[in-house]
Amino acid sequence: MTGNSLYGPLDPAPDAGWTDAPPRMGFFTDTSVCIGCKACEVACKEWNLVPDDGFDLLGTSYDNTGGLSANSWRHVAFIEQRGAPHGDVLGAAAGPQFLGMPGRDLPGRDPDAPRTDFRWLMMSNVCKHCTHAGCLDVCPTGSLFRTEFGTVVVQEDICNGCGYCIPACPYGVIDQRGDDGRAWKCTLCYDRIGDGLSPACATACPTQSIQYGELSQLRERAADRVAHLHGQGVGEARLYGHDPSDGVGGDGAFFLLLDEPEVYGLPPDPIVPTRDLPAMWRRAGLAGLAMAAAVVVSFLGGRP
Amino acid sequence: MAEAHPVGFQYVVEAKNRGARVIHVDPRFTRTSALAHTYVPMRAGADIAFLGGVINYILANEKDFREYVVAYTNASMIVGEDFQDTEDLDGLFSGFDPDLRVYDQSTWQYAGQGDVGQPEGAAHADRETASGLEQESHGPPVPADVPRDPTLQHPRCVYQILRRHYARYTPEVVERVCGVPRDQFLEVCAAWTANSGRERTTALVYSVGWTQHSVGVQYIRAGAIIQLLLGNMGRPGGGVMALRGHASIQGSTDIPTLFNLLPGYLPMPHHRQHETFRQWVDAIRHPEQQGFWANAEAYAVSLLKAYWGDAARPENDWGYGWLPRLTGDHGTYQQVLDMIDGRIKGYFLLGQNPAVGSAHGKAQRLGMANLDWLVVRDLFEIESATFWKDGPEVATGEIVPERCRTEVFLMPAASHAEKEGTFTQTQRLLQWREKALDPPGDCRSELWFFHHLGRLVRERLAGSTRPRDQGILNLTWPDEEPSGEDVLREINGFDVVTGEPVPNFTALKADGSTACGCWIYSGVFQDGVNQAARRKPGSEQDWVAREWGWAWPSDRRTLYNRASADPEGRPWSERKKYVWWDPDAGEWTGYDVPDFEKNKPPGYRPPDGATGVEAISGDDAFIMQGDGKGWLYAPSGLIDGPLPAHYEPAESTVRNPLYGRQANPTHKVYDRADSPINPRSAVYPYVFTTSRLTEHHTAGGMSRQLAYLSELQPEMFVEVSPELATERGLEHRGWAHIVTTRAAIEARVMVTDRLRPLRVDGRVVHQIWLPYHWGGQGLVTGDSANDLIGIALDPNVLIQESKAGTCDIRPGRRPTGGDLLAYVEQYRRRAENNDG
Amino acid sequence: MSRGSPRGGRGRGRGGDRPMVPPAEFRSYYGRPIVRPPVWHHDIAAYLFTGGLAAGSALLAAGGDATGRPALRRAGRVTALGALVASTYFLINDLGRPARFHHMLRVAKPTSPMSMGTWILSAFGAAAGVSAVAEAAPLLPGPLRRLLPPLGTAGQYGAAVLAPALATYTAVLLADTATPSWHAAYPELPLIFGGSALASGAGVGLIAAPPSEAGPARRMAVLGAAFELYGAHRVETTKGILSEPYTRGRAGRWLRAGRALTVLGVAGAVLGRRSRVVSALSGASLLAASLATRFGVFDGGVASAADPKYTVIPQRERLARRAEDGQPVRDPRAT
Repeated sequence: MTGNSLYGPLDPAPDAGWTDAPPRMGFFTDTSVCIGCKACEVACKEWNLVPDDGFDLLGTSYDNTGGLSANSWRHVAFIEQRGAPHGDVLGAAAGPQFLGMPGRDLPGRDPDAPRTDFRWLMMSNVCKHCTHAGCLDVCPTGSLFRTEFGTVVVQEDICNGCGYCIPACPYGVIDQRGDDGRAWKCTLCYDRIGDGLSPACATACPTQSIQYGELSQLRERAADRVAHLHGQGVGEARLYGHDPSDGVGGDGAFFLLLDEPEVYGLPPDPIVPTRDLPAMWRRAGLAGLAMAAAVVVSFLGGRP
Repeated sequence: MAEAHPVGFQYVVEAKNRGARVIHVDPRFTRTSALAHTYVPMRAGADIAFLGGVINYILANEKDFREYVVAYTNASMIVGEDFQDTEDLDGLFSGFDPDLRVYDQSTWQYAGQGDVGQPEGAAHADRETASGLEQESHGPPVPADVPRDPTLQHPRCVYQILRRHYARYTPEVVERVCGVPRDQFLEVCAAWTANSGRERTTALVYSVGWTQHSVGVQYIRAGAIIQLLLGNMGRPGGGVMALRGHASIQGSTDIPTLFNLLPGYLPMPHHRQHETFRQWVDAIRHPEQQGFWANAEAYAVSLLKAYWGDAARPENDWGYGWLPRLTGDHGTYQQVLDMIDGRIKGYFLLGQNPAVGSAHGKAQRLGMANLDWLVVRDLFEIESATFWKDGPEVATGEIVPERCRTEVFLMPAASHAEKEGTFTQTQRLLQWREKALDPPGDCRSELWFFHHLGRLVRERLAGSTRPRDQGILNLTWPDEEPSGEDVLREINGFDVVTGEPVPNFTALKADGSTACGCWIYSGVFQDGVNQAARRKPGSEQDWVAREWGWAWPSDRRTLYNRASADPEGRPWSERKKYVWWDPDAGEWTGYDVPDFEKNKPPGYRPPDGATGVEAISGDDAFIMQGDGKGWLYAPSGLIDGPLPAHYEPAESTVRNPLYGRQANPTHKVYDRADSPINPRSAVYPYVFTTSRLTEHHTAGGMSRQLAYLSELQPEMFVEVSPELATERGLEHRGWAHIVTTRAAIEARVMVTDRLRPLRVDGRVVHQIWLPYHWGGQGLVTGDSANDLIGIALDPNVLIQESKAGTCDIRPGRRPTGGDLLAYVEQYRRRAENNDG
Repeated sequence: MSRGSPRGGRGRGRGGDRPMVPPAEFRSYYGRPIVRPPVWHHDIAAYLFTGGLAAGSALLAAGGDATGRPALRRAGRVTALGALVASTYFLINDLGRPARFHHMLRVAKPTSPMSMGTWILSAFGAAAGVSAVAEAAPLLPGPLRRLLPPLGTAGQYGAAVLAPALATYTAVLLADTATPSWHAAYPELPLIFGGSALASGAGVGLIAAPPSEAGPARRMAVLGAAFELYGAHRVETTKGILSEPYTRGRAGRWLRAGRALTVLGVAGAVLGRRSRVVSALSGASLLAASLATRFGVFDGGVASAADPKYTVIPQRERLARRAEDGQPVRDPRAT
């Protein structure tokens, strides 16, 4: 383990020991063209034989999936927003809110009062396949591994359901399947991309909201797309997870968003927990020494 | 479009990325609105007021593409003196017969042609048989020598009539009727007109819910008028495109599953109007008429030859006597009522689920419960196969399973992936589909089913000498099950002697030497090759992509594309060039197959007395029309008027702000107790409309059985605005029930700003939206929205008004059992007494 | 609703005394958690206790043996083994696929505290097991009776050497997650867990040993409690909004109970030194305190993951600090 392997920009496949690794592959999910058709969710389940996630009307706009889980490896978020987006959460007093339930101050109660713009944001979420993957770092069995494409995959014949990967993910992606005990998540269709196919979700996406390809090219394309949207007056367009210098070394699956990440249920500034692992071990060592010292003092110090 | 046609919507997204402006007009904010630049909410059922406003804007501001309009539309034609408009008669056109509630259309004719109109009572028969529009699509009897005024100044020219008719559809009126703010409406007008003309074209894309109104045909007509005025027809990037409700709905009218048509839009003969073969053929081709329908006899004879082969001979009028005849209204709703009355004994359902998917679900189920036998061919055991044991009427005691007489035969069907064949989409493109896998178990294709059904019926009838059996016994029916390609080959047509496929419909003959299953599809097997199976990727050919699939007629990708060139045959602009006249070669050329006689120069003028194809002028771009022109004004053929006028839906909460006539004066209703219509009453104070969710398919037969789809929209719900939720005390995710005079259904409540109250004619109108996917079978079940809807039909095509109705909504679940009937009845009584 | 108004959410951290804009609100996706709460059941909380108890007991045994206190040695060795067996049960029981527990031994992975812990626990288990079995030597036949005691002594010191690692790695185990309040507590958690382990070991000594031998246990209790209370105080007061989950709800109740029991146990241990009964009660109180502390820390982390504000607000504050520091380029190391 080099110091950099826990943190900072790097190419994960060679770092994991792959020689002659192919280019790193990933997803660019452009939410500005997502129409919320959920074809990605269905295609993913069809290909990967993921079970259904229960038949519950959640009342969260058209999202009846709720979030990524062991049984939903793609999740389309729906956000109904009244009012213009505001840039800085910290500074602004008023923000868009969920309108799927009645609030106290209903809009348009007075039919003559003008309504502000209404937005319906949709976004297909997925495992980020982080450069520094918390789940992979902490997996004690080696079930989670880094593929030659730089993606992160669970080997289901190895996983013993220890559950450690689940809180280790800064995005809350990987999850345990209740009746099965093991951890499951997006594999970026490891069994397809190895044969030169695109992942099922990207193949099914009708509007190319989900784009699959070499990560370096996707990053260029995404930058162009943001510039294009800014040129069209969509100033709120921003990339998320594209930056190799971010807290997880950049995501293998990154996004173009139209609002702050947390609006979509994404952490605004995720950091791989393992970044601090050396410091943690040092602290543990110090505490251990303190314990030893306390024992020595206890047995020797007070001897009558 | 994003909601129901997500795959097609990719092209909207692509256009948007290239700078196109996307405007979405809809009663509710949908997934399409989410990606549109501008969302315009409007009241359901007020579309003609909106479109009429656009027409008025175009005419008042002279935004029409004048050269195009003069050359290619009937704007300059002069209408007879006796014509009176809705302006003169407060919502009626001249010729209205208040007893039959139909028009005598003779006063609508062009000047000097008044006597060419329909015989007495014809309009009534046309409504009964939904054949009014046949005359439009076939080109009605319009001679070529109509007086014209190319300056468009004559007070009775179509252009001026249009101006006067739409003058009252001002932005203020649009706001009053539709609830669309004036400036937003003008924004739409400005965008539409600015993007049309010589250099640019605009496509009008609608989903078929647009047709589902008591004035549905006139909705489409209004869209077509705009597109003609702006020069958007027959040109690349233009047109009026219907997004169909299923794969191959276009195909199912081309080779129809309709009671009143035969393949290729040949009319089903009527027992009185078309007693003889000659009467029938002449009614199609109109001997004095110009245009391609003049060859209809060849198409008709070839069809009969395809049916009866060697048994179709000149001496027996090609077997015309064996064709079934229409005797009146055999439309789906009349049939249902006939079933209730015990007049229909047996019924086939093929991939259709009327117990959930058709209007007035109760009538559908009660009708099916009164049959001798019912054959249901579907992928799953759908509600239309189980209504007799667990339908809503079982709970209310209206159907008693032990006494239900209907014997249901559920035949498992193969899915689209389990059989080969073509789909025909909205652009008339036939696309061949391979079989991906064998159907499971006993599931079989329709081809298999009908081949063997026909074989068995013919075996039972073998040797019969009864006249009524001869039509079946003489059919060309192979002993072996044919392949899908065999069928396509017969549809294409062939030389009966050599068996060689014909190259296209111009090769069809009226002498019995050719057979053809559907003349407009002729050419799909050109050169013995399945042209529909062509799949050259778009990236490997030009942008018209003519090597992908096959378009009827004769592989023309854009109909009437002669209009993409100016009257002299030159492209209107370099940017929009498509098909043009090459004077050196003496032929029409371009990116597409010219929809015009290849060597007829633009300057050609027909000699006096010419008929048929010969009578088509060099600048008659609309070659199927009797006068060669695109019709702004329909001098005949439409049962409810030559011009679209705004009428309120049959069920409406507001009085028609435009005319004294409340609803379409000619719309069809069945005046009987079991087919009631909500009166305008405070008892039913809200407007509702229904449509689809992306996650489910129509009546849910294919989607509610699949876990991966069911989990995405697991429950029947109703969308209401926060204001209505407050007004009625509805709770988000709680229960509510919706009541009309026919039914009360329950649903979970979705309170959302995607629906908003509108201010219409000075008062607030609340709209409710319902998906119609749920029924009693499947992984997820719920009440059916179609149970709410009544039987009020468009007079031209007998389509039901299922996109605008009135209702009440109340918190909590609906009553059950007998209480439900009493509850609905009590609403009905209160409405009759106008006891708000 | 996606709005939240965190109370007392003023950012603290390396920002020092720079004025900070308190977040007026945060946004989320229907209030759903962003990071996923651990799927671990209270087996793991219990293991935190039993693992610490095993470590504390092993240290007690070694100290007792080295200083000639057989009661401490005996109690420590036996308790260490008992706690170890319980730990193993809890750990395996919590697995989604218990039959695959041995997959833990496929790899040794420094980035995985659980993997390191597995090996620590295995080695500790072997050593502690031998030393506990050696206590039974007098009851065994000849060769074993002679052979076991030296092995037991070696095992005892081996276990004692591993004990601090066993007691503190669990702190890293929790801290090396995205669970906000666990991760934020990583500097102090080892001290709390180490102290708690010492106090629980001391508790065993107080219960098992006569007053004459219990002196070191009392001092261990005092020192352990001091570590634990100091660490817990830091965690509950210096983590900004992330201290909140430790002070509220079930976690708050556990930790307050733990603190009270610790104080009670230490007081009893110091003041009741002449009474075997008071000493034993004090020991029991310390054991209960350790258990409560572990459950409190566990539940505090779970609570911090369940509410998105604990993920969003600290990260927003971090971004705001970076923006204030004029760091356009993301460098989270600056936090």
